[in-house]
Amino acid sequence: MGGALFLLTAAALASGRPPRGFYALFTVITAVLAMVGSALAWGRVTDPARGAYSAIGDAIMVDGFSVFFGIVITVAIALAALLADDYLRREGLDGPELYVLMLLSGTGGLVMAMANDLIVVFLGLETLSIALYVMAGFQLRRLESQESAIKYFVLGSFSSAFLLYGIALVYGATGSTNFSRIADFLADNLLAANGLLLAGFALLLVGLGFKVAAVPFHVWTPDVYQGAPTPVTAFLASASKAAGFAALLRVFLSTFDLYRLDWRPIMWVLAVLTLVVGSFLAVVQTDVKRMLAYSSISHAGFVLVGAEAASDRGLAGALFYLLAYTFMVVGSFGVATLVGRRGDADHSLPAYRGLSQRRPLLALAFTVFLLAQAGVPLTSGFLAKFYVIGAAVEAESYALALIAMISAVVSAFVYLRITVAMYMTVEEGDDAAAALPFVRVPPAAALSLGIALVFTVVVGLVPSPVVDFARDALPVLVSAGP
Amino acid sequence: MTVDETWYLVLSAMLFTIGACGLMVRRNPLVMFMCVELMLNAVNLTFVTFSNVLNDVAGQVVVFFVLVVAAAEVVVGLGIIVAILRRRPEATADDVSMLRG
Repeated sequence: MGGALFLLTAAALASGRPPRGFYALFTVITAVLAMVGSALAWGRVTDPARGAYSAIGDAIMVDGFSVFFGIVITVAIALAALLADDYLRREGLDGPELYVLMLLSGTGGLVMAMANDLIVVFLGLETLSIALYVMAGFQLRRLESQESAIKYFVLGSFSSAFLLYGIALVYGATGSTNFSRIADFLADNLLAANGLLLAGFALLLVGLGFKVAAVPFHVWTPDVYQGAPTPVTAFLASASKAAGFAALLRVFLSTFDLYRLDWRPIMWVLAVLTLVVGSFLAVVQTDVKRMLAYSSISHAGFVLVGAEAASDRGLAGALFYLLAYTFMVVGSFGVATLVGRRGDADHSLPAYRGLSQRRPLLALAFTVFLLAQAGVPLTSGFLAKFYVIGAAVEAESYALALIAMISAVVSAFVYLRITVAMYMTVEEGDDAAAALPFVRVPPAAALSLGIALVFTVVVGLVPSPVVDFARDALPVLVSAGP
Repeated sequence: MTVDETWYLVLSAMLFTIGACGLMVRRNPLVMFMCVELMLNAVNLTFVTFSNVLNDVAGQVVVFFVLVVAAAEVVVGLGIIVAILRRRPEATADDVSMLRG
């Protein structure tokens, strides 16, 4: 539903020839329309009389879960498009292409979130990724951008081959690729030799773990995040990761729920590695985009903590985390877009020195995003971490909860380091700081940052509506039709 | 004479492994690219075999989806490679010499 809307408008977008600023506006309107469509669908799926339903031959499932991710992804598109508007003009790349790719890739993400069939997951993932490969290399004149495109492309297609092999093995073991039928089959039959199925699990986890940047499948993340144009990075870190988690959560928590004893240990190891590597390697970085890339890896670890709990509470925590994280990460990379200046030239830590004096509001916004990512109370980030760790404790994964808390402390150091750089008092006669250029804040980007900021703070203060939303957004398995 | 299905699965697993190893060992983007194709086609073989074993046509339909996706990947991947080679023409010579191996 939302996906079809997207595709149609994206095609219309490609042929138009409107004035400047129109493309971004159009993208935002499309995203908002899809968001409204999702909200209407939400009313329908939560209505007990009607409930969730599947469409297109059981290939697509419209339930609270897919609507939730529909909203997360459309939010990411709208915010990233607002950031991209000024960025593209600054770089002299203005045109509809990036927006078309963004919408197409968002459509892929929506398809992944709504998929009720492993093949649809694969198709959605490829739609998402192929558009993203091009977006990563969008800045033709920058070698870094091209390098990130080729790295992302090679490793991305490598991992999707793994995902596909996993699908093939699961198909061989269960006789279907449809989630409902797989679950029915697993409930009815006890597999005597389930090696095929378990190998399929492992390969699926590799493929999806790559998409969400879980360690040890994270090696592409810092390079691609650093090299890609910053608004694209914001989109990559939010929408692409959310879509990956949508597929991961639906496949493992609802379809393979019966085999949780088999996949929980693997998920545990992944979560621990992701948390530890993400937060510790972030500390040694000097480039702010790279720091944020590693911190996004450790955020993926937190979502995996929620997934590992394999309970409704863990799932709701993971969903809430993803929604809160989307706003925080788009905001953070948004600030990086503005500070990075022409050509994405300077994302080093010294470029942020004394930002509080040059641009007090921008520095304040960035501080809020960073504090939220660190999980300071009164922000959405605190509650997000609180819910996933609470779910882990409830599922008696005490060690995992402990590791999550320790890595939260370690990564807090990273965020504080950036904050200190921004607020470090610039002494009299400090030529280096005085020579730093003025940071221009265009209105569209300011709007995007403002929305992200308001969400982060308001949800930190009044979380209950969003928490209820996440709690109701559990995936449903409708048993297959005839 | 019929060949046991297991051999098809073994063959596709071997092809997949060759592709995966090739991708990690080789440094030429074009060869890496071919390795990815090899992996995808190995999976196609698996799908067709299972489809035959299970007597279910869905597995063969999947192969068509995979072929289409692989074609789309080729288009984008070659585009990226060409963009890089155009920017750094000196990389071409190395690539060509590496292609012989």
